[in-house]
Amino acid sequence: MSRVRLFGVTAIVCGLLISGCSSSSDSQTSTSSPEPVTVRVITHDSFALSSELVDSFQETSGILVEFLPAGDAGEIVNRAVLSSGNPDADVLFGVDTTLLSRALDAEVFDPYVADADLREDLVAAGAGVVTPIDDGDVCINIDDAWFAERGIPLPSTLEDLIDPTYKDLLVVQNPATSSPGLAFLLASVARFGEEWPDYWAALRSNGVSVVNGWSEAYYSEFSAGGEGDRPLVVSYATSPPAEIVFASDPKPTQPSTSVMLDGCFQQIEFAGVLRGTAHPEQARQVIDWLVSPEVQADIPLSMFVYPALNNVPLPQEFVLFAPRPEKPLSLASEVITENRQEWVEQWTQVVLR
Amino acid sequence: MQPVNYSRAGLIALAALPLTLVISLIAIPLVVLLVNGLGPESLDVLVAGSTWRIVGYTVIQALLSTLVSVVCAIPATYVLYRLRVPGRRILLALVTVPFVLPTVVVGLAFRELLPFAGTTAAIIVAHAFFNIGLVIRIVGGVWGQLDPRPAQVATTLGAPPWRVFTDVTVPQLRSALLASAILVFLFSFTSFGVVLVVGDPALPTIEVEIYRKAIQILDLNAAATLTLLQLVIIVVALAFAVRLQAQVSTGRNLTAETHREPIRGLGNACAVAATGALVAALLLPIIALAARSIRVGDGWGLQWFVEIFNPTDTTTRATTAWTSLTVSLRYAAIATAIAVPLGVMAAVVLSLARRGRTRLDTVISLPLGVSAVSIGLGLLLFSLTGPLDLRGWSLLVPLGQALVAMPLVVRVVLPVLRSIDPRLREVAATLGASPARAWLLVDGPLALRAAAISAGLAAAVSLGEFGATAFLVRADAPTVPVQIVRLLGRPGEANLGQAAALSVILIVLTALVVGLAERARPAKSTGW
Repeated sequence: MSRVRLFGVTAIVCGLLISGCSSSSDSQTSTSSPEPVTVRVITHDSFALSSELVDSFQETSGILVEFLPAGDAGEIVNRAVLSSGNPDADVLFGVDTTLLSRALDAEVFDPYVADADLREDLVAAGAGVVTPIDDGDVCINIDDAWFAERGIPLPSTLEDLIDPTYKDLLVVQNPATSSPGLAFLLASVARFGEEWPDYWAALRSNGVSVVNGWSEAYYSEFSAGGEGDRPLVVSYATSPPAEIVFASDPKPTQPSTSVMLDGCFQQIEFAGVLRGTAHPEQARQVIDWLVSPEVQADIPLSMFVYPALNNVPLPQEFVLFAPRPEKPLSLASEVITENRQEWVEQWTQVVLR
Repeated sequence: MQPVNYSRAGLIALAALPLTLVISLIAIPLVVLLVNGLGPESLDVLVAGSTWRIVGYTVIQALLSTLVSVVCAIPATYVLYRLRVPGRRILLALVTVPFVLPTVVVGLAFRELLPFAGTTAAIIVAHAFFNIGLVIRIVGGVWGQLDPRPAQVATTLGAPPWRVFTDVTVPQLRSALLASAILVFLFSFTSFGVVLVVGDPALPTIEVEIYRKAIQILDLNAAATLTLLQLVIIVVALAFAVRLQAQVSTGRNLTAETHREPIRGLGNACAVAATGALVAALLLPIIALAARSIRVGDGWGLQWFVEIFNPTDTTTRATTAWTSLTVSLRYAAIATAIAVPLGVMAAVVLSLARRGRTRLDTVISLPLGVSAVSIGLGLLLFSLTGPLDLRGWSLLVPLGQALVAMPLVVRVVLPVLRSIDPRLREVAATLGASPARAWLLVDGPLALRAAAISAGLAAAVSLGEFGATAFLVRADAPTVPVQIVRLLGRPGEANLGQAAALSVILIVLTALVVGLAERARPAKSTGW
């Protein structure tokens, strides 16, 4: 071995160390310079927004927005709880109703609600601490053609699903591993109260199939999504318009699936200013921007959810194929936080064992 | 000649600094775990049926992984250490490569390759992929030097080849087989990245459950309790292994030189064919991964490589590969700079100790059993509950990686130091050198080489580290493995392609680091 080589390696290692140190100190001194402030927004991995909007916000406000996708909604909220008061970023987007009370208990956020014409029920759910950005519903999706071919009427209520007519037709996700799976479990709790395990026992004897994730359920088991043979699946109320938007040309004029409007569970997503941020003022501006008419109009086709702002024109696909359930089911955030784990364990006992 | 006596006091003084540091670094997270893990809720965790199902599943998959690894390794060990095969060095290098590959990358490769990904079988195959090379090297080290004469006598007396193997060879290899099996069991028992990526999400191992409890459910007490339970199981398993080791150790006829025969007969031909198939099987996942990284739709191209550096989908303003590569390289450099000096110092002290060698060996195996996830959780709890608010401290991640890499540094350096003939030091002493100078002259150059090799390994481990990093990573500074797992969490071909492209880059980087350091390895080497 040559010594020179060894010293070469050492030099590279030292070089990396030094460059590492210098670059981290660079980023810390940037606040004093006249350069634009960077507001870092932690998001879940499903976050998306048209890039032109981000660029134009940067031009008009002088604020650079950096999005940091950092896991699923549960993970980003838990990490925010662990770093409460000493955050990795300035804003968090993607805390939903099922997780909000955990974040509130840990005082993750500096209270801020954007002053905009937001849907009142959504604002109320934010408890005056966070701003609602969007909402969506987890509902049973139906393969219309499958039922038409066999002359079987479409199911219309949660109770229909335990009727022998619909035996062996439904596929759901495991609530321990899937967020729509959890939402559907919560829907059953909201509807049947303490008797929800009986409902699931009935679903089990009616041949419900359980898979681990949404993709597997929709693309492998659902008859309208791929090779599957089950015509009923737990998915989103916006899956039919998504089917049209993502279809390759020539696009079909009508989706092959529809939504069962009973038994839907509402999920609201919020954004908040992380307590301890170095840029609270700019963080608030970013939240104002998230509920601006331009961003709100972009949200449906970027993330397939509904805007939280009133009077935002919806895209044609939503108007035609994504009717909203009139009374989606919901549960108080505290109740969910308190019982979620126990419910999931109980569900596992009833459905899988 | 007088043996060079390293005075107890001197050794203790030399040992004091590194050992205190090493022990406190490893102990702090464990003590924090102990303090946070034991409480009234611990009992709930320990009596829960689900906990024991998870423990049982973890043990069974680790035992099966060990069995498959050892059985698959035997023909190849025979061929590589007892037969004259062309390209032996290259073959040996090829079977060792998987051991240093990042776990999440291997997980992704098997997800691509196996039709049964998402099952226990997939986990076992992936674990075997990692560990076969380890078994080959450990068992081969003994097998290669077995005196061929007892086997020849048995053959002359009319024993068929299989009887010779089971009655003459295996008894002499038992101890080495057991030693390698223990390591494979430890690695499979505490495996995280692989299980997370190719396992069944509804069938967690202890390691995955600790992560799920801590990060997904935020039940830190339950996670700490599980970590302690895991540690207890490892200690019990190691103690059992030490007793077993003492029982199976039989006399071995080892010779100084190696005995390699020409390939002759049907049996040998079959073994060579099996080895060829094994090497091919070890290369397949990497090829599948590389293929995925350049498959775009129905054609081929470099689109995913371009996109990870210049995301076209700027909607999410996703972290570019530049960021995660810089972060990973910086962390790996810092972790190596911590792990190598401390590990080498610990190895030096251990190599000079004369008594209690077997006991010491067990003690230094223990950190290999302290899983990456428990280090991550321990440091996380320390940052939360320690005297200083260390949350988000950018050195936490490389510190965790250094703790994961340190036991491996010791394992690499220690055999090299032990292989040095003490008489060389005695000669130096006779010629008037002080004990310290004798050490510097005799052991110093070799220690430096071993340190260089171990630095490559430590850097490779840090680059691919996922278990500890997953707990400590900052949202604004994801490492490459973290970024790969994130991409895998999103649907669609583009994300999968980009994850594969990042994986290929990480493999190349790992190979570079290890390859560079391996040049320091002397031609005739021992250990791994």
